[in-house]
Amino acid sequence: MRLAVLGAGAVGSSVAELAAGYGHTVTAYADSQSAAVDPDGIDVAGAIDRKATDGIVGDATPEDALDGAYDVLVEATPTTLGDAQPGFGHVEAALERDRHVVLANKGPVAERYADVRALERESAGTVLFEATVGGAMPVLSTIDDFDPEHINAVRGVLNGTANFILSRMSAEGLGYEHVLAEAQDLGVAEADPTFDVDGTDAALKGVIVANVLSDDDSEYTLEDADVEGIEDIEGSALELAAEDGRTVRLIAEVADGEVRVGPRLVPENAPLAPTGTRNIVQLETEHAGRLNISGRGAGGPETASAVLADVGRLPDL
Amino acid sequence: MSDSTDEVRSYTLRLELVDEPGELLRALEPIANNGGNLLSIFHERGNVTPRGHIPVEVDLEATPERFEGIVDAVRDAGINVIQAGAERYSETLTVVLSGHLINTDLSDTLSRIQESTNATVTDLSLSAPEGTEDASSARIRLATEQGAADGVMETVRALAAEKDLRVIEPLAAGGDL
Repeated sequence: MRLAVLGAGAVGSSVAELAAGYGHTVTAYADSQSAAVDPDGIDVAGAIDRKATDGIVGDATPEDALDGAYDVLVEATPTTLGDAQPGFGHVEAALERDRHVVLANKGPVAERYADVRALERESAGTVLFEATVGGAMPVLSTIDDFDPEHINAVRGVLNGTANFILSRMSAEGLGYEHVLAEAQDLGVAEADPTFDVDGTDAALKGVIVANVLSDDDSEYTLEDADVEGIEDIEGSALELAAEDGRTVRLIAEVADGEVRVGPRLVPENAPLAPTGTRNIVQLETEHAGRLNISGRGAGGPETASAVLADVGRLPDL
Repeated sequence: MSDSTDEVRSYTLRLELVDEPGELLRALEPIANNGGNLLSIFHERGNVTPRGHIPVEVDLEATPERFEGIVDAVRDAGINVIQAGAERYSETLTVVLSGHLINTDLSDTLSRIQESTNATVTDLSLSAPEGTEDASSARIRLATEQGAADGVMETVRALAAEKDLRVIEPLAAGGDL
């Protein structure tokens, strides 16, 4: 397949770099200002180098990338809330041209799911978004395989930064601020970790799962989620939990038509209490009990793997 | 981890036995034979029901499906079953509250949880590392009726909001996942 990759951050650049190894050709690669476009395949390494040295990926414009020759648009620009622009506009442009879309950007499917589905119905293209929930872990494709109708609930640890902070605080008896600073030094937490620690990121993933489970019956957005973060959680709360053989994790839960995210008490050795940045999702299936999927929930090559797995699932146009 | 489909629960059976030798054994056999796990037997020999029979309370564990079979088998054996049902306090619920617990009157918090729900506080552990004037945390274990955990959690949440306390809820109310 020919891929147009929008977004030149950790995920976009990894998709561009790894695409050839999966038998695909990158025909366009764009950041918010510039693009490299070639219907026969761009020089990926050259574009990534140029981004590092000159701050642009090529001499073309992002519009040229959208209008260029491709089978699949990979949308890996930063997640935005509300109208989910410019990501949503990119999805729209590709579907109107009857192209496939693979999303790593959560905005369009968390904030405007019904709009995306409506555009998809009018298009010959298909929209897939495995990479938006749980990085490398095959969460949405597993839900799809089991059929959303036969999944009663989904709960999980879907933010590695928050999980790192809670598991460090628990293990070392350190305070929130201390561990957050350490996480930033290690590159586990971003300079502005707001969306990770206030529960927004986990909630967006929960909302996407809720949209998939409801099978177009009702649409969820971030506003429909009940969200509580882990900011300034008391070390004494974690101590008391530990005395009782429990620990605290930021859990996203989709059940009974509700999306809830917040710190929860879980048994210390439960699958839902991973340590470090590891993510886990537990599916409550109708006929097969619980199914756990765990792995790396973030990172460039990890998320790019999920994007490329989606590309491999797409039908021929 | 337990499977939700055939979860074992505890039940209490209240029986009336005729005061004759072998009656107790006759009542217990159908329980064991039908997959019930006997937990305790309270044989009130000194007490007599208005009909002149001896009341016996049997606590047992079984899956809901087996429990039905057990009750039928006990009745088939000619034993009078007065009451068959889930144990009164069959769910426990652990929550952690954080914030100015002492300044917001912890004992008032606890008694209001007990008054406005049918839950009982069975365990309390307090941690106030900076002294009682500062933020502290409490772990509270509540025992409640089967199926009442959601209502208890609603009450705890409302109280915490009123007193500006933070609640760390168990993963799914009533269940240890």
